Amino acid sequence: MKLHEYQSKFLFREFGIPIPDGQVARTPDEAHEIASQLGEAVVVKAQVHVGGRGKAGGVKLARDADEARQFAADILGMDIKGLTVEQVLIDPAAAIQQEIYLAITNDRAAGCPLIMSSMEGGMDIEELNRERPEAIIRERIDPSLGLQNFQLTYIASAMGMPRARWRSFGSILRSLYRCYSESDAELAEINPLVITGGGELLAVDGKVIIDDNALFRQPKLAAQRDASGEPESERLAREAGITFIKLDGQIGCMVNGAGLAMTTMDMTKLYGDADGIGPANFLDIGGGASPEQVAAALRIILSDAKVRCVLINIFGGITRCDEVADGILTAYNEVKPNVPMVIRLQGTNASEGNAIISQARMPNIASAETLTQAAQMAVAAAKEQA
Amino acid sequence: MSILIDRNSLVLVQGITGRQGGFHARLMMAYGTQVVGGVTPGKGGEWFESAPVFDTVRAAVQTTNADTSLVTVPARFAPDAVMEAADAGIKLIICLTEHIPVADMMKVVAFCKRRGSRLIGPNCPGVMTPGQAKVGIIPAMVAEPGNVGVVSKSGTLTYEVGFAMKNAGIGISTIVGIGGDPVIGTTFVDVLEMFENDPETEKVALLGEIGGSAEIVAADYIKNCMTKPVAAFIAGRSAPPGKRMGHAGAIVDGGEGSADEKIQALEAAGARVANNPEAIPSLLA
Repeated sequence: MKLHEYQSKFLFREFGIPIPDGQVARTPDEAHEIASQLGEAVVVKAQVHVGGRGKAGGVKLARDADEARQFAADILGMDIKGLTVEQVLIDPAAAIQQEIYLAITNDRAAGCPLIMSSMEGGMDIEELNRERPEAIIRERIDPSLGLQNFQLTYIASAMGMPRARWRSFGSILRSLYRCYSESDAELAEINPLVITGGGELLAVDGKVIIDDNALFRQPKLAAQRDASGEPESERLAREAGITFIKLDGQIGCMVNGAGLAMTTMDMTKLYGDADGIGPANFLDIGGGASPEQVAAALRIILSDAKVRCVLINIFGGITRCDEVADGILTAYNEVKPNVPMVIRLQGTNASEGNAIISQARMPNIASAETLTQAAQMAVAAAKEQA
Repeated sequence: MSILIDRNSLVLVQGITGRQGGFHARLMMAYGTQVVGGVTPGKGGEWFESAPVFDTVRAAVQTTNADTSLVTVPARFAPDAVMEAADAGIKLIICLTEHIPVADMMKVVAFCKRRGSRLIGPNCPGVMTPGQAKVGIIPAMVAEPGNVGVVSKSGTLTYEVGFAMKNAGIGISTIVGIGGDPVIGTTFVDVLEMFENDPETEKVALLGEIGGSAEIVAADYIKNCMTKPVAAFIAGRSAPPGKRMGHAGAIVDGGEGSADEKIQALEAAGARVANNPEAIPSLLA
């Protein structure tokens, strides 16, 4: 789960990391009030879950409170990469002497936390990694022991941090490590960490992503979820306990298992791409595929008006295909889809399952034997509906 | 021969009195796996079918000499259960549990390494040596004994490919589901190395997906260390970047971990990469 910039920075502050003394505004008047209280030049920053806000015009420097109101009016309601800006952060503008990059993330391959730091902060870290990878210092942390003092010294010296700043930098890094581990973050990033004109260190921008699997023990962070950018169908799925991701194709996919669900999407694209046809969603229905689950999944898929065909691909291992077939028919009668459906049941009791489907003689339903055949039939049906 | 498990493996099921654990323990027994005991704290002294139930893994190992353990307990208790098994000297721990926090897994994986235990998973379907034993939830019907090793990040996709191989008359030495989480106990390379050294495995099928770099590292290993042919499929070519596709580890992040870069690396390493999982058998023929 991603936190907004302001949520990330307020979290940093709880762990003792200095941040600008800003506040969030939802209206231009609120922006004016916050800027007047701050009484100096401010930065008005769009709070949306996408990168590249600055380039999109979502970050502006205002000289006074009136200008802050004007910029807030421009930015609030703005569309940045498909997301509407609903909040802006009003931060006092910092005098910047140097910009530093500092982040802690999970090193998947090594199975441990990884600290990345660079004196060349401010820019996008992926860009820096492409252009000057040697400018990034990487240090792995023993997950059982945590961050050690010698590692702080190593990082500060290797990155070229001025000695006068080692102490304050070390204390910020230690705090960031605590924030990362105590919040179950998979990323805790300060970019930039600024050395101000007065020589102080200040976390000017921040990004925190929390491990979804740990939200059960992070209730305070879980409560900060901003679902405003989430498509309606994804919200419904989340509430029904179904893993669903909306895409922009025409074939609605219902599959058991994440790997097979991705593969089924890939197959629709493999055979449909030449005609501009592809998957409308990722959907993993999970283990059981009960009638209730199938019906919920079908409703979620059909809530997308672009869907021209539904492809159901179930490999029954422990799941029995005859039970899934019953579930599909129950769901079909309840939801009454008005688009064609291609059903492919394979594995345990597949022939019984297919017999149930064919005996029901539903005008809209076709059965397929292999995944290849199912994908080709779904693509053809979607083309016909165009 | 085979890798990891065979008919002589002595298997414990942690969580055997739970609904999932019990259901799969029965199927494992029916397949011929030697399930010598179960562990559920507070239920020691009870029986599950022919298997005694113990309060602790340590007590179970003392009585049964178990060398393998299947962890089927819920995510909140699974890290502790895996460490308990490693601490009791279990050499092979297979953890099916999904949704374990990564921070916990990093500690657990490090602990298992220190204790000299091999962990498979978490968030995996388990291991099966067709005709001999299965530890986990892989359905018996998806494979016959043979000489192709299968290693995969995913469950049902593996069943799909196993079933297609069976229909084409191709048998399997061992199937290893390594799991779809970002931090796992055993990687593609670990399993490829075991298959390379297993005299009964002649070819290998590798089923990967988007996210992380494990397939790229595997490609390096295939290029530099493997003599046996490898066929591969990578799921998620049509997945958009920045979205987590069901598995916690399946996310293209900052341009890294895409299906295309993995396919390119595997092809450059000499592996045959299918664009359709049902084409895997023809690449192994």
